[in-house]
Amino acid sequence: MSNEATLHGQHEVIHHGDDHHGNGHDHDHHHEQSFISKYVFSMDHKMIAKQFLITGIIWAIIGALFSVLFRLQLGYPDATFPWLESILGHWAEGGRITPQAYYALVTMHGTILVFFVLTAGLSGTFSNFLIPLQVGARDMASPFMNMLSYWFFFMASMVMMASFFVQTGPASGGWTAYPPLSALGDASIGSKIGMDLWLVSMALFVVSQLLGGLNYISTILNLRTKGMSMTKMPLTIWSFFFTAVLGVLSFPVLLSGFILLLFDRHGGTSFYLSELFVKGKVLPNEGGSAILYQHLFWFLGHPEVYIIILPAMGMVSEVLAINSRKPIFGYLAMVGSMFAIAILAFLVWAHHMFVTGLNPFLGAFFVLLTLLIAVPSAIKVFNWITTIWKGNIRFTPGSLFSIGFVSTFISGGLTGIWLGNSSIDIHLHDTYFVIAHFHIVMGVSAFFGMFAAIYHWFPKMYGRYLNQTIGFIHFWITMAGAYLIFWPMHYEGMAGMPRRYFDYSGWESFKMFTELNQFISFVVIIVFATQLLFVFNFFYSIFKGRKVTTTNPWQATTLEWTTPINPGHGNWPGEIPEVHRWPYDYSKDGKDFIPQTVPVSADESAH
Amino acid sequence: MSGFLAVLVVVLIFVVIFQIAKASEYVSILKGEKKSRQQTNRINGFLLVAFLILGLIGVWYCNDILKDRILGESASDHGEGIDQMIKITLILTGIVFVITQILLFWFAFKYQEKDGRKAFYFPHNNKLEVIWTVIPAIALTILVAFGLKHWFRLTSEAPKESMVVEITGQQFNWLVRYPGKDGQLGSKYFKNINNATNPVGQDWTDDLNKDDFMASEMHLVVGKPVKLIIGSKDVVHDVGLSHFRLKMDAVPGIPTTLWFTPKFTTAEMKKKTNNPDFVYEISCDQMCGEGHYSMRGVIVVETQEEYDAWLAKQVTQYSLAHASETPAPAAEPAKADSTAAKTVAAAH
Repeated sequence: MSNEATLHGQHEVIHHGDDHHGNGHDHDHHHEQSFISKYVFSMDHKMIAKQFLITGIIWAIIGALFSVLFRLQLGYPDATFPWLESILGHWAEGGRITPQAYYALVTMHGTILVFFVLTAGLSGTFSNFLIPLQVGARDMASPFMNMLSYWFFFMASMVMMASFFVQTGPASGGWTAYPPLSALGDASIGSKIGMDLWLVSMALFVVSQLLGGLNYISTILNLRTKGMSMTKMPLTIWSFFFTAVLGVLSFPVLLSGFILLLFDRHGGTSFYLSELFVKGKVLPNEGGSAILYQHLFWFLGHPEVYIIILPAMGMVSEVLAINSRKPIFGYLAMVGSMFAIAILAFLVWAHHMFVTGLNPFLGAFFVLLTLLIAVPSAIKVFNWITTIWKGNIRFTPGSLFSIGFVSTFISGGLTGIWLGNSSIDIHLHDTYFVIAHFHIVMGVSAFFGMFAAIYHWFPKMYGRYLNQTIGFIHFWITMAGAYLIFWPMHYEGMAGMPRRYFDYSGWESFKMFTELNQFISFVVIIVFATQLLFVFNFFYSIFKGRKVTTTNPWQATTLEWTTPINPGHGNWPGEIPEVHRWPYDYSKDGKDFIPQTVPVSADESAH
Repeated sequence: MSGFLAVLVVVLIFVVIFQIAKASEYVSILKGEKKSRQQTNRINGFLLVAFLILGLIGVWYCNDILKDRILGESASDHGEGIDQMIKITLILTGIVFVITQILLFWFAFKYQEKDGRKAFYFPHNNKLEVIWTVIPAIALTILVAFGLKHWFRLTSEAPKESMVVEITGQQFNWLVRYPGKDGQLGSKYFKNINNATNPVGQDWTDDLNKDDFMASEMHLVVGKPVKLIIGSKDVVHDVGLSHFRLKMDAVPGIPTTLWFTPKFTTAEMKKKTNNPDFVYEISCDQMCGEGHYSMRGVIVVETQEEYDAWLAKQVTQYSLAHASETPAPAAEPAKADSTAAKTVAAAH
C-alpha cells in the first residue's frame, strides 16, 4: 500500500524532473516501459546489476551444490547415496559418483565460481550498480553495450548449462583446462563435445567482460558529476576501475589461448601438442608446447584473482568506513596500493608454473615480484585495522562480513607468501595447501566482500532491508564454517596430499586423513544449507522485507544515498548533485557525517 | 525415506529460524532502531571476541591433533632446506597472523558503538604508513633471499656422480627406464612407441639403448644423488615426491629434470614412521584424466648391495622387444598403426 504510494509518487517526481534537468542526457519515458524493456532487455544499469546478481546467485547455488556432491565422495568414499543415482544417472551408478563425474564436478565448480559467480556475479553486479550511482551519472556510458554485456553472459551461461547434458558430459580437465588433456577427446571423454561447449561459453563470457569493462572505464573517466575529481571518488569506484582495466587487458589473452586450443582440437594445428601417444595411437603433432597454453592462461588467470578480490576490497573499505563512522585510513595509500596490485598482477603469472620446468632463473624474478605484491596487500590490511581503531562501530551484517573479509584476507594472504616462494611451492604445489590458500583468500574473502555489499546496498537496490537476524546467523555460521573447512586443509597439504584426487584410500602416504575429510565434508553441508537460508532471505526480502523509509538509511556520505528510495531510470529526479568533498567525512568537526554534496564551509578543518 | 526426513528436518529448522528472525525484526521496530542496534551490537561484539579466543584455541588444537600426521623428517637433503624455509616462513607469517587477527577482532569489540563515544577523525598518518610499508618490505626481502638461495640449490646442476633414471608418465601409470651399464640413456622417438615392446619409444639403432632396461619400481641407492629425467607420453603429469619434498611436471615433448639425494632407505623409514607398510610413493600431482587419483608409482630406497643385487636381475628392454617379436607374429596385424611395423623394422 504505502509502497505503491512511494512507487507512484516517485514516478511523478521523475517525470517532473525530466522537464527540468538538461545535462544533455535525453532519456526516454521510462514509466511507459513494457515488461520486456524494463525487466528483460533493460538498459538501466540498476536493472542490469540485478540481472547479474540474480544470475550469479543461481550459478553460486549450482557451483556450491557441485562442491557438496564431490565433498560427499571425499568425506564418505565408501558410502553410497542412492538419490545421487536418481539425479546423475549412470554418472553415479550404485549411488557413488564415478571418477569421471567427480572430475566434471570439480571442473565445473571451479569454472562456475571463478568466472560466473565471482567475476560476473560480483564485479558485474556492483560495478554496474554503483559506478553511475556513486560518480553521479544517469547511466553507463553505453547502456546498450551494458545490456549486451549481460546477455553475452547469459548466453555463456546457457552454453555452459547445456554442456551438463551432453552424452559425454561437461569438461572435466580442471578449470584451468590444460592441454593436451583438454585438447584430446581420446585422453578424456570430458574433452569431447563438453570441452567445445566450455570453450564457446568462455569465449562468450570474455566478450561479456570486455563489453562491461570498457563501459565501466569510460563511465568512470568521462561521466563523473561536477566536482567529482578522481581523488574524490569512493574507493569502490577506484577498485572497479582497476578491475575493469585488468579485465580489458588480460581477458583477450585468455581468449587467444582458447582460440589456439580450438584450432588444436579441430584445425589440426600443433600450438600446444607435441610428440603424443594417446590411447595406443601416435599423433602426428610435433613442435607445439603445452607450456605455452599455461603462460597464456595464467596471464589472465593471475590478474583474474585480483579481478575477483579488488571489488571486494573496495566495497569492504566503504562499508567499514561507514559503519565505523570514521574515514577510511590512508585513502591515497589505499588507491596507491590498488594501483600497485593492478600493475604487479600482470607480472607474477608464472608463479603458477614453478614446477613446469620453467627456467629457474626466470622463476627467481617471479618469486621476487610475487612476494612484492604482499607489500601493498599488507598496507591495505593495516589501513583497514586502523580504520576501525577508535571508531564507533555498528555491527550490521554488512560490517560483520567486512570484518570477516579482513580476517580471511589476512589468513589466506599470508599463505600466499608461502606459495609464492618457489622453494616452498616445489613441495606444496597442487596439494591441499593450495586449495586452502586460494579458497580462503579469493573464495571466502571475495564472497564475504560480496555479502557485505549485498547486505549494505540491498536497501538501495530494492527499497527494502534484508532480514538482519538471518544475516547475523548467516555470517557467524559461514565465518566459523569457512575456517573449519579450510584451515585443516593446510595440514593435508603439508603432508603432500594432492588436490583433485577422487579417492585417497589406495595411498599409504595420504590415507591418514579419512576422518578429517569426513569432518570437512560434514561442515560443508552445514555451510551450504546456511547459504540457502541467505538465498531465501534475499528473495523473500525483495518482496516482503522491511521497507526503507529514509533515503539514507546508513547515514553515508556518497551520492547513491541522495537518490530517491526507489530511483527510476536516470537515478536523480532533478539535476545531478554536485560534489564538493571526498566521500569519507565521518565524525569530522563533531558532525556524524557530511555528505559529499555539502559545500566545504569556511571554518572547517582541513583533512 | 531417511533422505526425505532429513530434508524435512532441514526445512523445519529453516522455518523456525525464519520465524525467529521475523519476530525479532518486529521487536526491533517496536523498540526503536537505536535501542535494538545497541542490543545486537553487544551480542555481536561478544561473539567477535569469543570467535577470536575460540579461533586461536582452535588453531592450537588443530595443530595438536594434526602435527603428527604431516610428514616427518624430510627423506632427502633438498627437503631439509625446504623444511627450513617453511619454518622461517611459518614463524614470520605466524607472528603477523596472530597480531593482526587479535588487533582486528579486539578493535572491533572495543570500539563498538556506545552512547557518548565519538569516533576519532583520523584520515591518514604518513609516519605510520611508511612504517608499515617498510617493515613488510624488509621481512619479504629476507624471505626472498632465503627462498632464492634454496631455489638455486634445488635447481642446480646434478653432481657428476649422480645416477640417472628416466621416468615417463602415461595415463595412468609411470614408466621407469634405467640407462644400464653404460650409464647413458639411449635416444628415443615418440613414433617408435609400442605399448607391448617399446613403451617409451627407444630407438633401437642407437647402441646406447642396447643395455637400457625398464623397471616396474624405481630403485634408488641411499646417500647417492639421483637425477630424474622426466617426460610424458600423452598429457601433462607431475612427479610428486612428498617425502622428498619435491615435484616436477612431466610435459609431453619437453623433458624436465630433478635431482636429490635420498637420506633413508625404505626399511629405515618403516622404523622411523612406525609403519610396517611404509613406501615412498610417486603421486601424480597434475590433473591428467579420470584415473589421475590412481596414478601411483613406488620408489624403493636401498643400500648399494641390495641395489646391485636387484640390478643383476634386470633384463634389458632390447632383449624383451627382440624376444617378443619372434614368437608372436600373429599380434602384428592386430596393431594397425605403422609404428609397430616400423619398430620391428628398426630392430632388425
